[in-house]
Amino acid sequence: MLTLILVLGVLLVLAILYFIFRIGNLVSLVKGKEEDEISSWNSTNAYLFMIFMIGGLVAFFWYSYAHFDGYNLPVASQHGELTDYLFWVTMAVTVVAFTIIFIVMFWFTFKYRYDKNRKAEFFADDHKLEIAWTVVPAIVLALLIFSGLRAWNDITDEASEDAVVIEVIGQQFLWTARYPGKDNLLGKHNYKMIDASNEFGLDLSEENTWDDFKSLELHLPKDKEVKLVIRAKDVLHSVFLPHFRVKMDAVPGMHTTFKFTVTKSTADMRSETGNPNFNYEMACTEICGRGHFSMRFPVFVHDSVEDYEKWLKSQDAWLKQNPDYLKQIPAEKREAAIVKAGIPADSKEAIMAAPVTVTLN
Amino acid sequence: MATIDIHPQTSTHHHDDHAHEHEHHHGNFWTNYIFSEDHKVIAKQFLITGMAWALIGGILSVLFRLQLGFPDADLSWLKPILGGWLTPEGKIDPEFYLALVTMHGTIMVFFVLTAGLSGTFSNFLIPLQIGARDMASGFMNMLSYWFFFLSSVIMFTSLFISTGPASGGWVIYPPLSALPQAMQGSGLGMTLWLVAMAIFIASSLLGSINYITTVINMRTQGMSFTRLPLTIWAFFFTAIIGILSFPVLFAAALLLIFDRSFGTSFYLSDIYIGGEALPNQGGSPILFQHLFWFLGHPEVYIVLLPALGITSEIIATNSRKPIFGYKAMVGSMLFIAILSFVVWAHHMFVTGMNPFLGSIFTLLTLIIAVPSAVKIFNYVTTLWKGNIRFTAAMLFSIGLVSFFLTGGITGIFLGNSAIDIQLHDTYFVVAHFHLVMGSASFFGMVAGVYHWFPKMFGRMMDEKLGYIHFWLTFIGVYLVFFPMHYIGIAGFPRRYYSWTNFETFSGFADLNMLVSAAAILTLSAQFIFLFNFIYSIFRGKAAPANPWNATTLEWTTPRNPGHGNWPGEIPTVYRWPYDYSKPGAKEDFIPQHIPYSETPESNLPHENELIKLELNNSSITVESKDQKH
Repeated sequence: MLTLILVLGVLLVLAILYFIFRIGNLVSLVKGKEEDEISSWNSTNAYLFMIFMIGGLVAFFWYSYAHFDGYNLPVASQHGELTDYLFWVTMAVTVVAFTIIFIVMFWFTFKYRYDKNRKAEFFADDHKLEIAWTVVPAIVLALLIFSGLRAWNDITDEASEDAVVIEVIGQQFLWTARYPGKDNLLGKHNYKMIDASNEFGLDLSEENTWDDFKSLELHLPKDKEVKLVIRAKDVLHSVFLPHFRVKMDAVPGMHTTFKFTVTKSTADMRSETGNPNFNYEMACTEICGRGHFSMRFPVFVHDSVEDYEKWLKSQDAWLKQNPDYLKQIPAEKREAAIVKAGIPADSKEAIMAAPVTVTLN
Repeated sequence: MATIDIHPQTSTHHHDDHAHEHEHHHGNFWTNYIFSEDHKVIAKQFLITGMAWALIGGILSVLFRLQLGFPDADLSWLKPILGGWLTPEGKIDPEFYLALVTMHGTIMVFFVLTAGLSGTFSNFLIPLQIGARDMASGFMNMLSYWFFFLSSVIMFTSLFISTGPASGGWVIYPPLSALPQAMQGSGLGMTLWLVAMAIFIASSLLGSINYITTVINMRTQGMSFTRLPLTIWAFFFTAIIGILSFPVLFAAALLLIFDRSFGTSFYLSDIYIGGEALPNQGGSPILFQHLFWFLGHPEVYIVLLPALGITSEIIATNSRKPIFGYKAMVGSMLFIAILSFVVWAHHMFVTGMNPFLGSIFTLLTLIIAVPSAVKIFNYVTTLWKGNIRFTAAMLFSIGLVSFFLTGGITGIFLGNSAIDIQLHDTYFVVAHFHLVMGSASFFGMVAGVYHWFPKMFGRMMDEKLGYIHFWLTFIGVYLVFFPMHYIGIAGFPRRYYSWTNFETFSGFADLNMLVSAAAILTLSAQFIFLFNFIYSIFRGKAAPANPWNATTLEWTTPRNPGHGNWPGEIPTVYRWPYDYSKPGAKEDFIPQHIPYSETPESNLPHENELIKLELNNSSITVESKDQKH
């Protein structure tokens, strides 16, 4: 019933509007003084453009200033400080250009509004002017480009030898991280070996995999270069660490990498933002399906490298957590694997006796 | 034909042609209005189909804006329309949200701003402005529309299937779009998407070939390339870009169809999904992105150039001034058209592409900003010392320049690979392209409708409703897209159903609500336009033949141009299309078909010399005089 009344009400309003419009039209037909009316509306539009221009600029500058903390995300990585600097330099240059052109354009629309006593100026071209406004933007853009390219080349350069290597794997709809363990080498993986427990598809015949471990939280050291090795299991995902200004797609079938150095630990950031519950987060920025918006991966930055290493030591190797998979290791290598994975001596016997079984999907 | 040489014989020839055509064109309803080969009817078909699509695309966007702006609202009242796509709590299903986003993008980019814009105005204006009876091939032109129609039907159908339409984003990146296991929309919905787009590409190519052929071969006497209105230049470049880039999308789609249906591995490798390792190995998802953006970036200009052409015309006419820097305008469009093919990978800086390519594409991308800047400066200078009449079309054209400026300037951030790392796939990108390409082109299209409506339907649209439509839409669009810059700088990723899972993205509920409210306002304002459009077709004030006192040839046709456009002989062209407010002239415009010999009072020195050439062909001069009176 309520819906019916609403629908009827809307129809009534529309009908009234239609009749107002119709009557307005008929009245103006009867009056028949079209010309004068056009010029009065013309001025109205010109004034509205001025109001729009001034109001728009005021709103723009006011909001940008007053709400700066709302949209400016604190930066916590070395290269991020550089890209932020470039961002704000570009912002300064473009806001100046934008404001000038915006004001000039709407000023012209206002100033040169129709006036029956005036004739427009026949001004078809002016080569000097045109060359000037081709060359000036070209120079400004060249300066912006070259500073940007230098930063880009540094950011995408090879990571240093002693960088901490961490693998990040995206899948619908969660992230996992794999740490290389004590040997600091990520072991081989093969997507055909993935199963319910071996979610990395670790190829356990290769010894570097034995001490690799899994983490459901990304732990990073402060002030030490980190190289993320990124891959995806199913569809495209994208690693996005907003505070570190890091973004790189995760692509099935290939590895992508991103190196960066974090400059503020989680604790530093908590005191800087005054938010005791602050946490770094990682998000997915490549559409990956239904749960795209929920791929949150918690990130924790340790206060020092020592602290970080202490955490590394406290983690169990994946193989230790899944000793059944020792079966996939050829018998003669099992002893070494058990040692490398740090599996306690008491469970050794049973595992050593089992036959080799490697299943490929 | 392309220069000022004039052949006396051809005039009689044209006349014969025309008489001949008249006998054969009293067809029935079907041949006149449905399977018509007349470019004007085909243009209207494109326009009306495009408007229907724009409405659908707009409604889809309001639906997902409801979710983003009012995440707690109970949308159960939409149950009759959305049915199973609402969760029991009355919210939009997350997967349907992605379907909405995907279809909004596809519809707006291809069906509205490519087919609706180019299809309408290239078809309508090319023959009328270059002085031709019709397109080079009327039949191909008709096919172009009906391929588009068929494609539209298939795409529309896909909205109603039980697994939903394509949902992997309008860029349909595989593997997501290749694997039905990955999301429902990648099943039948994606198949229909690919089939519809394949047919769409065929339609677009048929149209483009026709536009190019017509512009090159069918210009009337005296209509040299340097006398073409900027609209025609824009349509011409657009068609060339389309012909060179759409086939690449076709190839990309074809390989995707192979991957989906025939077990190939062009884009697929090492995939473990749904508890199963797929056999595909050796493919690369990056390959698809290269192919897609090889069309995708030129597509931006396919959408934008016609709008820029239309506004060049409208701004010159309503400023009563020649467009400033005609040659620079043509040159910048040419430059944009060429560069548009070598900037595509700036969409891929952080997709795992080799970083060295990133440097190259940064460089090329920022170069393309220069001709774009030149265009803005030329528009602003055209307004300077003009005598501006704010018709609805003029308002929308100024709106376009404003959007082009606002949205274009943020391209300088995004084209710079180092800065793009943070901004890529955030709302900053959404703000950028919606302003510079979406809204600007949409305004160009609406401006074109207001400006050429009198020639299309023989009646005027209501100007005051046009003003209201403009101000609501102009402010609405700014309120929708300007706040998105802030949301993007804060890092909010696009295509997110909700941000509440993240502390980092927990703010901006207020701005998101504002954006959604503005989106609803903007959509509502379009109904004013729709009403004005339909009402004016039937009851609008009868239009004079040349209501805007414009110079181009279409205004020399009668109020309702029939088949063949000019009842008599096609006018000959003697001058460029921007003789507005020429010093010494009696009126503030001199149409293109007026010879210099008739306007000694306003001729420039070099123009007086052209009179001799005109006099070599007195018969034509006399005839065209007759026709004018």
